[in-house]
Amino acid sequence: MKITKTCLSAIISGVLIFSPMAYADKWSDQFPHIKATGDIPGDCSYEEISKKNYKGKTLKINTHAVPVIGQPTALHAEQFAKLTGAKVDVTHTPAGDLYAKAMVPFKAGQAPYDIVFGFSNFINDWRQYLAPVPKKYMNSTEMKDVTKSHVGVSSWDGTMYQYPVDGDRHYLKYRKDVIDNPEMQKKYKADTGKTLRVPTTWKEYGEMAKYFNGWDWDGDGEKEYGSAEVMKKDDLMFAAFFSRSVAYAKNPRTPGGFFFDLETMKPNINNPGFVEALGDWVEATKYVPPGGINFGLGDEIGSFGGGQTLFSFSWDDAFIAAMQDDSPIKNKVGAAPLPGADKVWNRVSGKWENQYNQAPYIVWGWAVGVAKKSKVQEMAFDYLCFFSNGANHQADLAIGNFGVNPFKNSDFDPQLYINTMGWDADIANSYTKTLNDMEKSKNRVFPLRVRGVFEFTSAVATGTSKALAGQLSPQEALDEVAKEWEAIVNRVGKKNVQEDYAVGVKMEDNKL
Amino acid sequence: MNFKHKYVFLFPGLFVLIGILIFPIIFVVRLSLSGWNSYNGLNFIGLENYIRLFTDDPRFWQSFFRLSFLSVTTVVLQYVIGFALAHMVWKDIKFQRFFRVLFLIPMMTTPVIMTVIWRTFFHESLGPVNDILSNFGMTPKWLTDPTLAKITVIIVEVWQWTPFMFLLLLAGLLSLPKEPFLAAAIDGASPVRKFIYVTFPLMAPISIGAIIIRLIEASKIMDTVYVLTSGGPGTSTETSSFYIFIKGLREFQMGYAASMSFTYLIIMIISLTFIAKGLTKLLLKD
Repeated sequence: MKITKTCLSAIISGVLIFSPMAYADKWSDQFPHIKATGDIPGDCSYEEISKKNYKGKTLKINTHAVPVIGQPTALHAEQFAKLTGAKVDVTHTPAGDLYAKAMVPFKAGQAPYDIVFGFSNFINDWRQYLAPVPKKYMNSTEMKDVTKSHVGVSSWDGTMYQYPVDGDRHYLKYRKDVIDNPEMQKKYKADTGKTLRVPTTWKEYGEMAKYFNGWDWDGDGEKEYGSAEVMKKDDLMFAAFFSRSVAYAKNPRTPGGFFFDLETMKPNINNPGFVEALGDWVEATKYVPPGGINFGLGDEIGSFGGGQTLFSFSWDDAFIAAMQDDSPIKNKVGAAPLPGADKVWNRVSGKWENQYNQAPYIVWGWAVGVAKKSKVQEMAFDYLCFFSNGANHQADLAIGNFGVNPFKNSDFDPQLYINTMGWDADIANSYTKTLNDMEKSKNRVFPLRVRGVFEFTSAVATGTSKALAGQLSPQEALDEVAKEWEAIVNRVGKKNVQEDYAVGVKMEDNKL
Repeated sequence: MNFKHKYVFLFPGLFVLIGILIFPIIFVVRLSLSGWNSYNGLNFIGLENYIRLFTDDPRFWQSFFRLSFLSVTTVVLQYVIGFALAHMVWKDIKFQRFFRVLFLIPMMTTPVIMTVIWRTFFHESLGPVNDILSNFGMTPKWLTDPTLAKITVIIVEVWQWTPFMFLLLLAGLLSLPKEPFLAAAIDGASPVRKFIYVTFPLMAPISIGAIIIRLIEASKIMDTVYVLTSGGPGTSTETSSFYIFIKGLREFQMGYAASMSFTYLIIMIISLTFIAKGLTKLLLKD
């Protein structure tokens, strides 16, 4: 009797334990993309979305070009169509044109797309044309897992306009097999007299990158280079420049604005902190791969992810690409905070402070909203909720060029990367620790989110690219940017920009 | 014919003309007098945009002079190469038809796709051009050196549009009367003299037409720059149309972009009229 009872208990326990797996398999058989996890229960899981019937309805989406974000958009559109019977039309648009492609019809009072993808810093220009995320989705299981900072990123004045599908920040990626290699450390010490380690300052980064530039240091028969960076004009290069600037120009002892002085709205962009960073960047043109000053984000991902460079910094994508199964450098890379600086500019005293400073740059990332004038809003929100459901999100995270990066609390668990993606434990730990530390930092910089943001960032791209091309000195280039910023502030209205900028400053000053 | 009936037949064409030509121009002029951007509507701001353009935007004028250099250089090269190729296949040569088709192929391809392919060719670390040149110890910075990047744009433009020049000039050569050539042959003129004193003067009217058509097209150069260099490095390959595109569709300064477009249109109409007159004077003086 006892044996029968024990067997029965074992069978029941087995059924209870394995039933989620059996349930998951039902969907992963049809949708191999989620084979690693199967369906993960939630309000927008495969199971729940399959209960919706959108037959005869069409959902129109404008997204980025393939692969970054464009590929997961198309993939999840196909899955969504299969599950609900809806027709989903996906239009792919280059990054630089996403803003205007949505703004032109918005301004004309039309809604050719139900869903528009863009960057999260468009929020201030787009929010008046976007439908706020309904309560139903705000209370969904998927949304409850989103980190507090990314709920904030997607919201304005407490109302969420952008549905969280991605979360980005810039951090340092390096070749662990080189930096941690005792032979390389010995060689570097012998040749330079310095210690080879994960760089903690941009100067150190530059020295190491220069040393490891232009020779075959991994023995694959090809030349390797120092650093892969986004330097191509108009291809998010402004974000790369800010990453290099934060260490010199974000002083925790001078609250009240990184980009502008909030009180006077005078641009800080040409102060010695930014100029020093641009000087470093101009120097970096000497240790990037040939053609590196024309690298866009895709090139950077391909270059570092393909094992061509020692360092890289920017979005997660290059790191994830390097850690994919087909990568030649899987489990040979490490993540660390952005390098800092041995001095930081104090814009109040107008002097350098000779002490170590490091500041994370939370770039955020891809954002998406539903047009206020869309006639299929519910279907649109269902699609977005499905896009970022547990199973899709975990599968997307594992693909470097998908452009989907951690923004959920569950993403900071190293086990996720060890178990589902086959990462080495120390790499997974360093990765999640790096991201976690950035979330906790009190000296963060957030992107500019003011009216006409594209005018400001475009001015930065033009000015810095002139410096990289040798057309202007760093000071001249940034003086030109500052002049342009002042003109934009005057056009938009000082009070308007000040009002918008105050929201970002509050976040940077840890008051939100 | 009844006077009213005449208008009935004219109206459809007139409506189309108004719809596709007159209305957009009027709208651009109206737009140029507004501050339409991401935060303003179609408000009226008078000549503010034009004042900004003429007094505070050296980048527009730099891009205009860069465009002038690129379009004149590419069209001259296209004319010389196109004329040479047309002259070659005008004569009875072996595989004449094959060459005539071969020379037209670049024009039949999609410019954007071909530019992507050229960008791949000229990629400085992964492209085949530098791969070959590296055997001779050379790795030119095709897309990242300000001067070479301009040359790269010229190469791609010349490759893409020489066939158009070739086609026009070949049609011209085929339509030339035979008598002057027979007379020159009887007089014992050498091939060079025949070209200088017979072929070239006879081809002058067609040459002027071909050059003007290509200059108009070349002055709109945008796709090659957009795909190949994005106007970089720095602003070294930025042309007027690319700059207008950045201001209008990237930064969404629609009103200001409209004022630049309208100014550019006026400048082009005036300058091309003078160029056409100059060429006519130069080539048709006799």
